[in-house]
Amino acid sequence: MTTAPAAPATAAPAAPVALRGVGRAFTAPDGGTRDVLRGVDLDVEAGEIVAILGPSGCGKSTLLRIVAGLDHPTSGGVAIDEAPVRPYDVRCAVGFQEPRLLPWRSIEKNVALGLPRGTARRDGRAQVARLLELVGLAEFAGHRPHEVSGGMAQRASLARALARNPEVLLLDEPFGALDALTRLKMQDLLLDVHAAEPTTVLLVTHDVDEALQLADRIVLLGSDGDAPGAGIRQTVVVPGHRPRDRGSAELAELRGRLLDGLGIDRHGAARGIQATTTIPHYPY
Amino acid sequence: MTTDAASRTIARRERASAAASVADRGPARERPRFTSRRWFRIVGGALIPLALLAAWQVVSTSGAVPVSQLPSPEMVWLAAVDLAERGLLGLYVAISTQRVFIGFAFGALFGLLAGAVVGLSRLGDVLLSPTLGAVRAVPSLAWVPLLILWFGIGEDSKVILISIGAFFPVYTIVASSLRHVDTRLLEAGRAFGLRGATLFATVQLPAVVPSVIAALRLALAQAWLFLVAAELIASSMGLGFLLSDSGNSGRIDRIFLAIILLAVLGKLSDALVGLLERWAVRRSA
Ligand SMILES: Nc1ncnc2c1ncn2[C@@H]1O[C@H](COP(=O)(O)OP(=O)(O)OP(=O)(O)O)[C@@H](O)[C@H]1O
Ligand SMILES: [Mg+2]
Repeated sequence: MTTAPAAPATAAPAAPVALRGVGRAFTAPDGGTRDVLRGVDLDVEAGEIVAILGPSGCGKSTLLRIVAGLDHPTSGGVAIDEAPVRPYDVRCAVGFQEPRLLPWRSIEKNVALGLPRGTARRDGRAQVARLLELVGLAEFAGHRPHEVSGGMAQRASLARALARNPEVLLLDEPFGALDALTRLKMQDLLLDVHAAEPTTVLLVTHDVDEALQLADRIVLLGSDGDAPGAGIRQTVVVPGHRPRDRGSAELAELRGRLLDGLGIDRHGAARGIQATTTIPHYPY
Repeated sequence: MTTDAASRTIARRERASAAASVADRGPARERPRFTSRRWFRIVGGALIPLALLAAWQVVSTSGAVPVSQLPSPEMVWLAAVDLAERGLLGLYVAISTQRVFIGFAFGALFGLLAGAVVGLSRLGDVLLSPTLGAVRAVPSLAWVPLLILWFGIGEDSKVILISIGAFFPVYTIVASSLRHVDTRLLEAGRAFGLRGATLFATVQLPAVVPSVIAALRLALAQAWLFLVAAELIASSMGLGFLLSDSGNSGRIDRIFLAIILLAVLGKLSDALVGLLERWAVRRSA
């Protein structure tokens, strides 16, 4: 076997993404319309990782789908590399919130689905094998999706998106179904892949720590007060370079601010409890 | 390369032994394995027909039912031998089978095409489905007088009637199962650059294969149904003709013979679809 190529068959350069006043309203069952997103402006640089945080149902998936060209905004627009997003834009690869694997195909063939068109068969095979190795599914290459666990299916779905080696990678809670340890491993994997091929990444997550660990910038999505429709409430530039120390005090402070932004009580200063550590020193 | 292959073999072996140990421990896993043995399926499936045959023999020899109502198995066998010697049995079976297969082939083919057009394209749905729905609402036997007027009592009218019978189950099931392919899978396929024919071959077709097979099964049963209807009404050959002819002349042994032949032929042709199903399942594996 030749050494596994570090660079994939077709290396697409990362592309900047620009969202301009993106709004999306859905028709409600009663015939009216319901604003889900309103006036979202966001510029993502080429090769940047932006994490999108927000409460459940605020429109994170919808925003990602609009960037991928799977859904269309009711107002505003999205451009990748200055060219408007087309339906099912080939410059994007999507890791869906659910694995969405084809049940009749093996994990291996599902991942191969992500390969860019025109990949030579042998290169494609090697690339798929490499990705399966990376996400820890090499042994399960021949299994069907229903024969692997939910977290494994999600990793396969991640591998499929990575196989595309896109200009823009859109990941919708890619680690949502993983246990804490696998989740940390997969975060590191994503960082490794990104370091090797710096693509633009938009990452939806519920996990503040994950966002702090992975992102250059964190965007907090949510609605302000009683106006319907979510917009960008807060943008946080995460200091330092990846990989970041998971326990640094600076990140802890940011974490608190983000949790506040999400409306989550941090069970500390907010209740007048001293924010300093309350864990006694050894020996207890 | 070698270490790679070796580790893969080990992994496979581990998986196999894990599966085996699960089967060893779990009685729930063991039982379906036993019942899926080939010989068990064959013997199990033959039990009830053999029991029926035995009961039939007992009842008919006991004299509880007159032979004009219930011929003995031997009489039916002799009727078969008699017809075979005159060359009629083979002819009737052959002509009926031929009609079913030609009619089924046309009906299923057009059913697949129409189902694909209606299930895949919005325009096709708008244009075709009201008309086809209306035609489907006509009880298919209502076509018989018209078909006979147009095509005479020859092969054409029978084959067309059988085609109509086979067409609608295939059309209906294929159209609706294509329409109900998981939209999230379709979206994923499109998001990864699949369009048109490749999307169809990668997502839609594999998703509907099980229902297409079920539709073919149903259509084949319908084809035999319409065969008998067509032959009962107007024909000079075939199993339906044997039925009506024997009914008129009171030959109950031949009626039994015809019914048994229909059961056997129907089951055999259904087994052919079963082979197709196994092949399709293995292909998609
Ligand atoms: N196709 C649709 N038709 C109507 N409403 C929709 C549709 N898709 C999404 N919505 C609505 O848009 C809102 C946002 O949905 P979205 O899936 O983007 O949320 P989310 O932020 O991804 O939530 P979660 O974190 O739970 O995944 C929801 O209230 C949902 O009901
Ligand atoms: Mg979501």
